[in-house]
Amino acid sequence: MSPVMYNLLNVVLILVCVVFGAALLTWLERRLLGIWQDRYGPNRVGPFGTLQIVADMIKLLMKQDWVPPFADRLIFIVAPAFAMFVVVAAFAVIPMAPGVGVVDLNIGLLFFLAMTSLGVYAVMFGAYASDNKYAMLGGLRAAAQMVSYEVFMGLSLMGVVMLAGTFNLRELVLAQADGWFIGPQIVGFFIFFMAGIAESHRTPFDLPEAEHELTAGFHTEYSGMKFAMFFIGEYVSVLMSAAMITVLFFGGWLGPAWFPPLGWFLLKTMALVLLMILIRGSLPRPRYDQLMSFGWKFMLPLALVNLLITGALILI
Amino acid sequence: MIWAYLYNIVFYASCGVTVLATILMISRHNAVHALLYLIISSLSLAIIFYLLGAAFAAALEVIVYAGAVMILFVFVVMMLNQGQRSAAHEAAWLPARGWILPSVLAAILLSLLLIGMYSDQPLQPYGVHGVAVKDVGIALFGPYVLVVELSSFLLLSGLIGAFHIARKMPSHMSSNELEEVDHG
Amino acid sequence: MKQKTGLGQYIYIVWDYFYSNIVTLVKVASHTFTKADTVEYPEQMPYLAPRFRGRIVLTRDPTGEERCVACNLCASACPTDCISLQKTEDESGRWSAEYFRINFSRCVFCGMCEEACPTYAIQLTQDFELAEYERQNMVYEKQHLLIDGPGKHPDYNFYELSGKAVSGRAKGAGTQEAEPVNLKSLLP
Repeated sequence: MSPVMYNLLNVVLILVCVVFGAALLTWLERRLLGIWQDRYGPNRVGPFGTLQIVADMIKLLMKQDWVPPFADRLIFIVAPAFAMFVVVAAFAVIPMAPGVGVVDLNIGLLFFLAMTSLGVYAVMFGAYASDNKYAMLGGLRAAAQMVSYEVFMGLSLMGVVMLAGTFNLRELVLAQADGWFIGPQIVGFFIFFMAGIAESHRTPFDLPEAEHELTAGFHTEYSGMKFAMFFIGEYVSVLMSAAMITVLFFGGWLGPAWFPPLGWFLLKTMALVLLMILIRGSLPRPRYDQLMSFGWKFMLPLALVNLLITGALILI
Repeated sequence: MIWAYLYNIVFYASCGVTVLATILMISRHNAVHALLYLIISSLSLAIIFYLLGAAFAAALEVIVYAGAVMILFVFVVMMLNQGQRSAAHEAAWLPARGWILPSVLAAILLSLLLIGMYSDQPLQPYGVHGVAVKDVGIALFGPYVLVVELSSFLLLSGLIGAFHIARKMPSHMSSNELEEVDHG
Repeated sequence: MKQKTGLGQYIYIVWDYFYSNIVTLVKVASHTFTKADTVEYPEQMPYLAPRFRGRIVLTRDPTGEERCVACNLCASACPTDCISLQKTEDESGRWSAEYFRINFSRCVFCGMCEEACPTYAIQLTQDFELAEYERQNMVYEKQHLLIDGPGKHPDYNFYELSGKAVSGRAKGAGTQEAEPVNLKSLLP
């Protein structure tokens, strides 16, 4: 196989797997939340309800694709596509196994941070274009929340970068051959995990779309496939956070040889996704000011102290 | 073969996008549309940085400018929520003759740039060597450490100023709090 | 009064929040192994109590005649005003409903009509599965409401004890009626 064909195959397979994985995740999350809340969840369509995704997709495709007359038409249409694009683009730099991965950027980690920081635009422009008070409140919340959580998301990763001495994600994984970074960087892991949940705005940090207060927050006016783009984008970003934590803290594809490297990667990612779903199923949503003061008064100092101690230990 | 020219094609395409987006950003009446074009302009600028070998600058352009500064702009615009009324105002404020002076100034700059580019001595060769993140770090904390420290002073003063503004003033206290202060 | 928080207290608060969240996570995760409380309804019918109140029917006498005398008490008792009927009288003297209409899209199955009914005509059954594709189909007319049997009170026959002259039969001639008292007589 020629290298161009190999790369093309890589790109297409990863794209398809990510999008379908995210779609499957909607089913998995509903089933798991059901189990943890002593219910069954969707179990009617197909074996164990797995075809529920197909049913949902048909429903969303058949729905009227409605653009409100008061909406800012161009931005209203671009925003959901952008939401999807940003998270899928961030997947490009994630190395899944030797030879599996789209690109091998020297600034891979920075590219990831750049893409997550652009993710706010989808929410904000979607909220602005809707011209709806709930959407606008959701958009304002999203902007403040994501900008402040980005700060220590980046800071928490600097410890890992210091230990590995590179921004290249493939080299970062290889640097963990002697020991995963979860050991020395447990605080960094905790901060990045929280920030990852906040960046993908899921419960308990789902204030931009808090159903009880803001109907659906920034995507109140969206329906049909435009809503589905936001919805699937959220699950892709869950997968992305989990994959990123696997790469940065759990040694990526590294593991005993009796299991293929890609298998190890998927296994670790899946375990983290389960943890995220468990957190969604159990923790309540904080008040908005609590969220902000938690971010700036607890997480940021913690990230700085972590950075300081890591740097000091490396120098010694 | 088209692949041989891919670099040039991408470079000039992103240059064109940058110029076009910036022009559109200036001429839009709707503030949010203008911001959208500004963001596109800074993103294509990041691509140009990357093609010129400054990968770190490209990433920072996206993270800091597109990802944080512009969001604050959008935030403020959304908070004010001007809508159609302000777009009409903008249209009234920007008559055709208002464009004359800025256009002349921009034309002078453009001609300077063109003279620099097409004269016998080019301003700077581009696309030759990449600047790694490590080089940037060494430069920042080696020869330019004084600048870094000065800018950190600037940030610190900004921080103190923000703290001072956000601090609760005694005159803003409610009567309850004042009583508490009185009783010690 | 706002208390000064020392470092020790601060660490304790942080630990307390952290610990309580971890406990929550563990407790929720332990539900992986508990049985679901869900009843899978269409396959597995839930237990219905004997006095469960569902769809409304109109019953008949043991003799097969309609029990309803169109007294309108059910309609006036109905909290959602979903019952509507019109009285008519046939040549034998029996009262009955000319039309009797219940809008089940409004009915809340409260059973007030059953309690108000003086002739045990209107009764609530165990059936609650009233799904329709068209809203108009939720409006039941008299022929839909009437059933063939006497329902919960098999021996009750209103015209046999009401003392009303009906079907050429004199007042007091019913099987469960006494002779009418002669008001003009002085005999004991």
